[in-house]
Amino acid sequence: MMWPRNITQDQTRAIRLLGIPFVYALLLLAVPLGAILLFSFWTQDFMTVDTTFTLDNYREIADSPIYAMLLQRSLMVSGIVTAVTVILAYPVAYFVSFHVAPSKKSLWLFLITIPFWTSYLIRVFLWKVILGYNGVINSALLQVGIIDAPLTFILYNVNAVIITLAHAFAPFAILPIFVVLEKIDRSLLEASQDLGESRFSTFFRVTLPLSMPGVVGAVLIVFIPTIGDYVTPELMGGAGGKLIANMIQTQFLQLNNAPLGAALAIVAMVCVTAVALAFVFLNRRWLRARR
Amino acid sequence: MSLRIYAIAYLIFLYAPILLLPVFAFNDATIIAFPLSGMTTEWFAALQTNKSLHAALGNSLIIAGCTAVFSTLLGMCAARAAAMSHFPGKGGITGFVMLPLVLPEIIVAVSLLVILRQVLGLDLGNWTIIMAHVLICTPFSIAILNGAFGNLDPAMEEAALDLGETRWSAFRLVTLPLVMPGIISSMLIAFTISLDEFIIAFFLTGSNPTLPVYIWGLLRFPAQLPVVMALGTILVGLSIILLTIAEVFRRRGLARSGGKDTGGFL
Repeated sequence: MMWPRNITQDQTRAIRLLGIPFVYALLLLAVPLGAILLFSFWTQDFMTVDTTFTLDNYREIADSPIYAMLLQRSLMVSGIVTAVTVILAYPVAYFVSFHVAPSKKSLWLFLITIPFWTSYLIRVFLWKVILGYNGVINSALLQVGIIDAPLTFILYNVNAVIITLAHAFAPFAILPIFVVLEKIDRSLLEASQDLGESRFSTFFRVTLPLSMPGVVGAVLIVFIPTIGDYVTPELMGGAGGKLIANMIQTQFLQLNNAPLGAALAIVAMVCVTAVALAFVFLNRRWLRARR
Repeated sequence: MSLRIYAIAYLIFLYAPILLLPVFAFNDATIIAFPLSGMTTEWFAALQTNKSLHAALGNSLIIAGCTAVFSTLLGMCAARAAAMSHFPGKGGITGFVMLPLVLPEIIVAVSLLVILRQVLGLDLGNWTIIMAHVLICTPFSIAILNGAFGNLDPAMEEAALDLGETRWSAFRLVTLPLVMPGIISSMLIAFTISLDEFIIAFFLTGSNPTLPVYIWGLLRFPAQLPVVMALGTILVGLSIILLTIAEVFRRRGLARSGGKDTGGFL
């Protein structure tokens, strides 16, 4: 390959270095993504793959109500999880950024991120123990006498999936908001208060708008990955709490219908991307204002 | 003040499930529920004699070790390039390499499964999981190593070059020692992520399961649950130790290169 003349030696070395991880990501991400896109237009009968181009998989997804229902439920669960996580996380990020001494900020962030990196499977399972029929919540409430019979609406349904996912993704929401809050020039807040705004209105008219890029980042970083989780709905969701990721997993590993699974994965990706782009578009004025 | 109480309550919420682990790991009952019935170390003893558990652990350690080394090497390339001159398309390429951070894991899993099994017709094994784990760990390595490489003064390496070192020896003798804490931190984080990763490993595992895949199998058998709790207690303890060491090294790396601590790994 020929480089244009005006590229310096230093730039050439930077390109070569960055080229290594880039080629790796190209081979292991872009090529496989292309492969599932291709596969979604094929069909599979038991073990033999028929490579004639067809829209059958997409037609089946459009025709059977189960896929639309699962997709809708997935988007709804991810949406609620995102809203809950971000709203609960914002005050924590605000607290760490504005009220914790600079020397202790790292410690707080470290404490917040630790649970995120430890035994994901077992953490999900433990929510079963907490929310279950003989679980922590039910035994505690029974003991105190607030309820007479164990609560059953908190396990094996969508609620349980939402609680568990919101817990799992909490640190993901705090970090982007914290990073943006850290960058806010504190003199702007003083100026606002000098000009007669209360602390309350300063928050809503200065701090919150300035931190919106972090909130948007947090929303995306929670919303997109939650669609791909099949562990939580499998363990916590019961029959009525299964999501689209469970269906993709079933198509690939149990029903041996990779093309349909691929088409489902593509449809799910497109839907998530569309929602994410729409969200970014709706918030564009906050994102632009910062530059 | 009320914010502080809220933040502490939030931390308790974050830690609630983990704190329950040791409670049930030492509980003398096969059912994971309250009330507790007594103290035992029986479940920990059961871990020592379980052959298939040891095999799964061995697999996971090999996978996590290889992932740590390779994702850190890729991360070093990207972080060093990021600290060098700008060129057209640099932002886009870096963004693409960081993409696995936000991509749903099931998408990574199924797309790799299709290409390996259906297109290339290869057998699955530890190496397939290593490849996938390197892909998803590299963004974390880059984020950590950017902190180590980004604040480095390029004049130091230039001085070494002026004094007659080659490019490689200047890197090895000047830059490498300065970024070493970042490298160790990145390896530990990648190791921890890989050791704990289930969603992708479940798709790409061959005949020998990794530890999380093995645990997933155990979760279906109620009689095995206390053993899982004991295993989980050990794993959480181990993760916390690894992450603490990683954090210490990350801060040391920042201090060594004169950077300001922006907090956290991301």
